[in-house]
Amino acid sequence: MTKKFDPVENCEITRKEIGYISLQEATFQIYRDLGFKCGLEIHQQLKTAKKLFCRCPAGIYQEKDEYDAEIVRHMRPTLSELGEYDGTALMEFKTGKNIFYHIKNETACTYEVDDTPPFLINREALEQAIEISLLLQTNIVGELHITRKQYLDGSIPTGFQRTAIVGIEGKIPLQKKKVGIIQLSIEEDACREVSDIGHNRVYTTDRLGMPLIEIVTYPDLLTPFEAAEAGNYLRYLTRSTNKVRTGIGAAREDVNVSISGGTRVEIKGVAHIKWIPKLTHIEAFRQKALLTIRDILKKRVIDADRWKITWKIISAKEVKIKEIPIEEVKINGSKIVVVNLPEFKGILSFFTQPGHVFADEISNRLKIIACLEKPNMTHSEDAGTFFRESDFNRFRKILHSGDRDGQIVFWGPEEDVRTALETIEERCKLAFTGVPNETRKSLPDGTTIFERVLPGPDRMYPDTDSAPISIEDEEIKRFEKNLPISVSRCMRKLKEWEVPEDGLDYILKKNLFPLLEKIIHNFDLPPRFAGRVLGQWMRKIERKFAPSPEFQYDRIYDMFAFVRRKKLDREIMKKMLPEIYQNPNMEIDSVLLEIGFEKIAKKQILAGIPLLRKKYREIGKKQNAGAEANWIMGELRSSAVGNIDLHSLKQAITGV
Amino acid sequence: MIDLFKGYKGAALTVLKKFNVRVWSEALINTTRGKFKGIILPRSENDDSEHLVLKLVTGYNIGVTVKTILDIRELAYKEAHYKIPEKEFPVSENKPNVKLFGTGGTIASRLDYRTGAVIPTFSPGELYGAVPELADICNLSTEKLFAVFSENMGPKQYLILAKAIGEEIRKGIDGIVIGHGTDTMHHTAAALSFMVQNPPVPIVMVGSQRSSDRPSSDAALNLIHAAGAAANSDIAEVMVCMFGPTSDEYALLHRGTRVRKMHSSYRSTFRTIGDVPLAMIERDKITPLKKDYKRRRNDRHVDIYPYFEEKVALLYYYPNMMPDMIDSVIDNGYRGIVIAGTGLGHVNEPLYPALLRALKAGVAVYMTVQTLWGYVHMFVYETGRDMMSKGVIPAENMLPEVAYVKLGWALGQTDDPEKVKELMLTPINGEITEREPYNGYLIFQGGIPGIEAFLKKFHK
Repeated sequence: MTKKFDPVENCEITRKEIGYISLQEATFQIYRDLGFKCGLEIHQQLKTAKKLFCRCPAGIYQEKDEYDAEIVRHMRPTLSELGEYDGTALMEFKTGKNIFYHIKNETACTYEVDDTPPFLINREALEQAIEISLLLQTNIVGELHITRKQYLDGSIPTGFQRTAIVGIEGKIPLQKKKVGIIQLSIEEDACREVSDIGHNRVYTTDRLGMPLIEIVTYPDLLTPFEAAEAGNYLRYLTRSTNKVRTGIGAAREDVNVSISGGTRVEIKGVAHIKWIPKLTHIEAFRQKALLTIRDILKKRVIDADRWKITWKIISAKEVKIKEIPIEEVKINGSKIVVVNLPEFKGILSFFTQPGHVFADEISNRLKIIACLEKPNMTHSEDAGTFFRESDFNRFRKILHSGDRDGQIVFWGPEEDVRTALETIEERCKLAFTGVPNETRKSLPDGTTIFERVLPGPDRMYPDTDSAPISIEDEEIKRFEKNLPISVSRCMRKLKEWEVPEDGLDYILKKNLFPLLEKIIHNFDLPPRFAGRVLGQWMRKIERKFAPSPEFQYDRIYDMFAFVRRKKLDREIMKKMLPEIYQNPNMEIDSVLLEIGFEKIAKKQILAGIPLLRKKYREIGKKQNAGAEANWIMGELRSSAVGNIDLHSLKQAITGV
Repeated sequence: MIDLFKGYKGAALTVLKKFNVRVWSEALINTTRGKFKGIILPRSENDDSEHLVLKLVTGYNIGVTVKTILDIRELAYKEAHYKIPEKEFPVSENKPNVKLFGTGGTIASRLDYRTGAVIPTFSPGELYGAVPELADICNLSTEKLFAVFSENMGPKQYLILAKAIGEEIRKGIDGIVIGHGTDTMHHTAAALSFMVQNPPVPIVMVGSQRSSDRPSSDAALNLIHAAGAAANSDIAEVMVCMFGPTSDEYALLHRGTRVRKMHSSYRSTFRTIGDVPLAMIERDKITPLKKDYKRRRNDRHVDIYPYFEEKVALLYYYPNMMPDMIDSVIDNGYRGIVIAGTGLGHVNEPLYPALLRALKAGVAVYMTVQTLWGYVHMFVYETGRDMMSKGVIPAENMLPEVAYVKLGWALGQTDDPEKVKELMLTPINGEITEREPYNGYLIFQGGIPGIEAFLKKFHK
């Protein structure tokens, strides 16, 4: 007798088979063996007052249920300039989505909803983009050509994003290598999605049209950590201009990953750089899993082109299931379809990512392409299925399945059944070739799910509504003169000044390097101390207290100047800084009052030591020199801070 | 000779020739700003001669400044052809037969990568390749009559169209669709309303406000709606079928004599003026909004009046208009003038002598209102009565453009002022209405709470 097939066990076995290990366990050699390659696409909003192609204000967001009017549109694919339809375009059209836009008058005009042609490009945004292109050492184009990049998901009401290349072929220096930059483009941001249920997708148009730059690196990043390093470097670089937006959604990364024999897969909308290592690590192994599946299937099936599914719509009665456990079928009269996948036994429960198996690849495509809301299917290797083995045996009989076949049961509205079947067959056929070209969405646990087919260059069209814009040499020269210091130089300096690692990140992220340099230069302080104030104290304060929108980092300079002028000891700043942060408009004199500072002469403080020493000897529990010194120090600290350097106070107490 | 340097001129052309590279060749260009590699694209003739256009491997286009170029090397050559898959239209016996006439305009357009402009050269056969849903509605046959931009449509085209329509009707077609640029669609709609009278089948004009080369184009849905109206509607009139709201939702069928383009770029640009539209049309449903329309018939009878006098002017009056404007029209041999007057149909006194001169010279002068909505009421003020007594004829609530077209059509048939007057003032198909319904004038104003509530609930 054959042993009963255990999908959980199969998942575990296949996980081991592909050699999956956690990110923490992985070594450089693991990635080298996988042939790991990664490139980044950084999207960064620019800090302009208005949008890119119309005069609506930028950066004002509406609540998701707050809108003045709604419009509905559908997207159809069109031919590219080179005469070909784009693959993604066709897929999106298949889905037949109703796309609803929620418009707020304050933030959207007739341009956003594609009822007015574009106005001239926002010059402010273009100049910022040129500046960043120069920082990336790219070749600046002679003429900007606005191009339409098709997006049929509806995220842009025109069906395309207006975008233009500013520079190509640049580079950034990481610690151990130089990473190539393919291009920098300036483009309009897309809508924000509110919901996507069945055939209806809803967007808000507030973010739509805001100026954005996209920086694309070559796939030069050979480990997940290099990818994060490049991400951080680019973030520091864009922020060093002081002309980019910060905050939630202001910077988003798309991460391209491939391994040897795999395919470029784009993980979209990664909100935090710190997520990159885990996402890319898991994706690399997902590709490894898909390649292993390919090898298995190729052995089982000689002629993959002739592989096809068989299927049947079944009724509850027919399969003798007393109670169909699917809500949707009960309520909406959805159809239940059983599908046979020849030679797919053991594949459906094949490990692909932690918590995911191959069948999930199909399920997610059913959701996106065929608009079947999840849960939309179960299968013969689903450990949690509500069907019994005997049910599946009946399905197998209906479908004339063989022993080495797998079965899927899905349900959905009758009109979506055809697309669903095509989707299942297409995805299974792709399993014979390995890793499909996909855009995938990142989940917080580091796994990804299918979002759409990866678009190619065929989706680019010239924008017939805009004339080219010349970029003159004189203009470039003018920008070159005023560029901020390069990030690599900042990093070198910060290391030289012994600024701790966590402070370094904060200083670069907040673009505080110029301020730090000015403080060190003007106040002749140990750079390490100034670095701590800006990099560590400020970071802690921002984490501890509620955001203080009016606070400007320049106030820190004022504080240093004040402390110097009043000849206070610099440690007083530790007390002052939280007050200044929380009360950005308070006079610095008042800050001193607020923290209860009293100017006491050094001599007077030191005069207290003998008295306290005597006292301790009367009351102290542990009579030793160390404990005694600590106690005295504690008694004097509050009045000492700001008046005397604590180190010399301690020296005075211990007499060393 | 084959043009190897499409659209290039001046310095750009010189540099291409110097390095011996053609348009459509893949080239490596070395410049003082670094290296650029891509396919050299044709250049729009209206753009400057200081740049080359390059398509990068990523699909983006960029311009390379000629004066920065140090060297160009041709690596390969690939000429692109833009073609929509042309498919034969499936025919089924139980579907109505619809004829689509192509005249040009955005509905039938594609990109011209040389000029970067949208040009109307998309053959009607290709339309099916792009909008396969049409096959679910009707058996479509197509014929390209001309390919002109909307603004270049004129009397010559009206006559050809009218005759072609007559021919098709006599041959037994069930409905006619006319693809047309939107700018002057209402002029043509009016012309056809007068030239093609009592048709037994719907004659539906359609266009698009967003070219069909973009995914959000209204072209496909407009075509689907128009084909549906031509195939299935009971309204046998000349109509315009365009988006009702800006949303992809329903179209409105407007009577050809009461319709006007009212926004330079909105999808829902066409509005019926001074009345309600004839019907709403969705993908699978037609909802009549008016009862008094001409019904579809089974006979093959239609009256074609293919006449047009080109020497007719439409003058938009403004407060300081001087008599020489009228004089120049007379002196140039015009036979008719339609004035779009202020308010109830007024012009200033200094024009009177000139108008008198016109009337004496046998020029037909008709008054309409530039307010668009409402009737000419020349009795209300003395100035109006003055002009009427001199022979200026009020054209009731005929739209200025419609009156212009009708006067051209009337003068094309007769010289007799009385006959012209009779033709002008006898409504043929709603260009003059006896009454204006209360809901025939609706211009909502945003901001008002009630209107805002409406906008939130219904798609505008």
